[in-house]
Amino acid sequence: MQLSMWTYEGPPHVGAMRVAASMKDVHYVLHAPQGDTYADLLFTMIERRDSRPPVTYTTFQARDLGASTADIFKTACHDAVDRFKPRALLVGASCTAELLQDDPGGLAKTLDLDIPVVPLELPSYQKKETWGAAETFYQLVRACASNRRRPETIAANTCNILGPTSLGFRNRDDVREIKVLLEENGLNVRVVAPLGASPEDLARLPEAAFNIVLYPEIADTAARWLKKAYGMPYLSTVPIGVSETRRFVAEARALAGLESVPSPSENKDRLTWYSRSIDSTYLTGKRVFIFGDATHAIAAARIAANELGFEVCGLGTYMREFARDVRAAAKDYGLEALITDDHLVVEDAIIEARPELVLGTQMERHIAKRLRVPCAVISSPVHVQDFPARYSPQMGFEGANVIFDSWVHPLMMGLEEHLLSMFRDDFEFNDGATASHLHAHSPAAASNQHTAPAGISVEDQITLPASATLWTDEAEKELKKIPFFVRGKARRNTESFATDNGIHPITVETLYDAKAHFAR
Amino acid sequence: MNQAFSAGCATGPTIRERGQHEVFCGLTSIIWLHRKVQDAFFLIVGSRTCAHLMQSAAGVMIFSEPRFATAIMEERDLAGMADMHDELDGVVDKLLARRPDIKMLVLVGSCPSEVIKFDLSKAAERLNRVHAPKHRVLCYSGSGIETTFTQGEDNFLTALVNEAPASGPQNETKLIVAGCLPDVVEDQFTRLFDDLGIEGVQFLPGRSSAAMPSIGPGTRFILAQPYLGAAAAALQSRGAERINSIFPLGEQGTTAWFKAIADTFGVPEDRFEAATAAPRKRAKAALQSFLPWLEGRRMFFFPDSQLEPSLARFLHSETGAEIIEVGSPYLHREHAAGELGLLPPGTAVSEGQDVDLQIDRARKADPDLIVCGMGLANPFEAEGRLTKWSIEFAFTPIQGYEQAGDLAELFVRPLRRQSVLKSGLGFEEGAPCS
Repeated sequence: MQLSMWTYEGPPHVGAMRVAASMKDVHYVLHAPQGDTYADLLFTMIERRDSRPPVTYTTFQARDLGASTADIFKTACHDAVDRFKPRALLVGASCTAELLQDDPGGLAKTLDLDIPVVPLELPSYQKKETWGAAETFYQLVRACASNRRRPETIAANTCNILGPTSLGFRNRDDVREIKVLLEENGLNVRVVAPLGASPEDLARLPEAAFNIVLYPEIADTAARWLKKAYGMPYLSTVPIGVSETRRFVAEARALAGLESVPSPSENKDRLTWYSRSIDSTYLTGKRVFIFGDATHAIAAARIAANELGFEVCGLGTYMREFARDVRAAAKDYGLEALITDDHLVVEDAIIEARPELVLGTQMERHIAKRLRVPCAVISSPVHVQDFPARYSPQMGFEGANVIFDSWVHPLMMGLEEHLLSMFRDDFEFNDGATASHLHAHSPAAASNQHTAPAGISVEDQITLPASATLWTDEAEKELKKIPFFVRGKARRNTESFATDNGIHPITVETLYDAKAHFAR
Repeated sequence: MNQAFSAGCATGPTIRERGQHEVFCGLTSIIWLHRKVQDAFFLIVGSRTCAHLMQSAAGVMIFSEPRFATAIMEERDLAGMADMHDELDGVVDKLLARRPDIKMLVLVGSCPSEVIKFDLSKAAERLNRVHAPKHRVLCYSGSGIETTFTQGEDNFLTALVNEAPASGPQNETKLIVAGCLPDVVEDQFTRLFDDLGIEGVQFLPGRSSAAMPSIGPGTRFILAQPYLGAAAAALQSRGAERINSIFPLGEQGTTAWFKAIADTFGVPEDRFEAATAAPRKRAKAALQSFLPWLEGRRMFFFPDSQLEPSLARFLHSETGAEIIEVGSPYLHREHAAGELGLLPPGTAVSEGQDVDLQIDRARKADPDLIVCGMGLANPFEAEGRLTKWSIEFAFTPIQGYEQAGDLAELFVRPLRRQSVLKSGLGFEEGAPCS
């Protein structure tokens, strides 16, 4: 049993719904009690979809348990096929129906439906949403694309894009961006799946030269099967960030037998220049804590470290299936990856790491808000805000521009930060007053902090454990005189110097001893 | 599947349906219960689906640490590799260590815990032995195989009633108002009870776990919500007597509700008039400006909260709207009789749901406004139909005189919005959605 106030992922049948809802002409009959229909509004409310997801629930009740819930399931299958006329039917059980052991797959077989029926075995008490989506996609691909003949001659520049789904973080815009990028590079994108694909499109997958796995969490299993069954190579470099986008294009061109040239749309890249412009100097070494799904977390760490000049002070994911990849990435930054789906553990890790910026999910946004640290959301679970009306990809060159804006804005802009520092002692412009554009990200100090002297900076906002009391008043005052963009570092260094040397309490003397020590 | 039988009232035969129910389960009533009883914590013993439901459907990700949580059952619990009761004790210990301020811990049963027959009352008894009196532990079922949406509150109140002390001469509760009401409504009602000279009124649930009413023969109770079948039965079994009335929605509903109470307690007619004249006038005035929007409008209710018969009665008799179908997830015939009796003869009433068939009926009837759950609303809007989210009636203060106008406004808002957008977005031509 796990205590959960917040869950990063839904149950696996929600993953299956995401795949069904991504596709055309697929219907999912879910053996489930009343109440499980809540999942519909993930699509109609969060994603603002204009149609109901293609799911029929059996809605069995307690009084049905004595009689035959299996008959209810069969009736629901018949009715759904008659009404919605799908070209493929997914059948499965939610967590409660799993306990009834009605075997939806077996029952559906007895119905003699004249469309492919794909039974889903999604163990609800072991697995979660993303795994469910990956498994469903894999099973659908197998059902639709097995026993196909791979054409004798295939144009080398043909490819499929695999992995984007309904309710995926910015997937809609990523697909648009990447399709254009590939096409301007002379590639021919044949099928995008599951988002927007029909069962017939899945059957055409083996007709392309290679696959592009845009979201490994969803498409890895299916791509590996296509490689095994048809010898189709696949590319799984994720084009998030400028350098990875370049690498992605080069690898795609290589697979297509094309020589490497810069993409025409590279001139859209503003991140590279913005990042070099002097206003970005203040980004250097900012400590950033990253937590999210595996793809976005790994990509975020790379951009943060290499393209924005941050220091990655924490990296983790809630996806155990991709723990190995995240651990390997964390090693590059000299970190131990945090692999957990317990948000309380994530919160502790954030407090411990004392970041100046958090890149995370909606949950980390809550945590950061409480700690008064700026935060940008980089990953599912999705929120209504993750389906903006404007075009806002994460991938490709435009995606890199979007990322620059959305990560850097919650921090103070450089010029503004320096001015605040200069006017620190001014009665109006103290550095405890946040910049005017930050209200959405950084709420005003709690009422009991209103009386605190000016000079509370980002570094001081994270609740300090007992060590805070080890400073003499005089030393605290002296610390406040240090420009606040380096104050956090000064505090950390001084405290570790004091701990190492058994100094207690920290005096002005200690502060400057530590400064001298670390200057070496 | 559909059987017709007489509802025993003026409306037409009830359409009874079984099929896909597009209705929340009883767990979701925790959303308002945890805001109401401020020292209670609701721990769902369930699955990842339950946790996901609470977070995405109901919590809408606005609470990072609400006063509810889920003890998620895992493979090892079900496979017998771990003792479920030991596991639950561990979760409760962890929770109470984190939230020592919690006075009442409520274990809530879910579909999977009900199906595997996990005995929560036994668990509550055991946990009470360990944690009472600091933390009181009780339990009820909010499972979707047994309850819809608001029935979760019904089961919670039933659990409270079963725990409530007997009323004696020391702590005499004369009147219990049963049904979670927003604090602002509770305060308004309290002032009206004072003006009527009725003493010893208690609300169930109280705002804190310590403020629960005592019950005994001689206690009268009135329902503030129409979905409290089980709680009413529990109160009656403790000797309390029900005051029958329609529900306090709109000016007429509120007057009828207070009148039923006043008559029971022998409040003189002139005192009743004096106490209610001003608020009645205010309520009528507040309704006035909304009437042109609602008169003659054709309304279709999908089932959601069991408030539907009361809402339909309000729309029909106080705003002149036409009611095409009143869907309710469940009809308590006795409690809803008064409301249904005030609807025009022949009004279609449906109980339960086959959502696809009901959507067919709604499309055919082509009403001016569809009141439905959030899963259906945007798809209907995309078809060019107007909708009102039913869930707002459960979350917004709508009871009593001072809210009569607000209640009408909830129905008016989509209509007014359409008229505002019409010119700006060219809605008439309407780009069809895929």
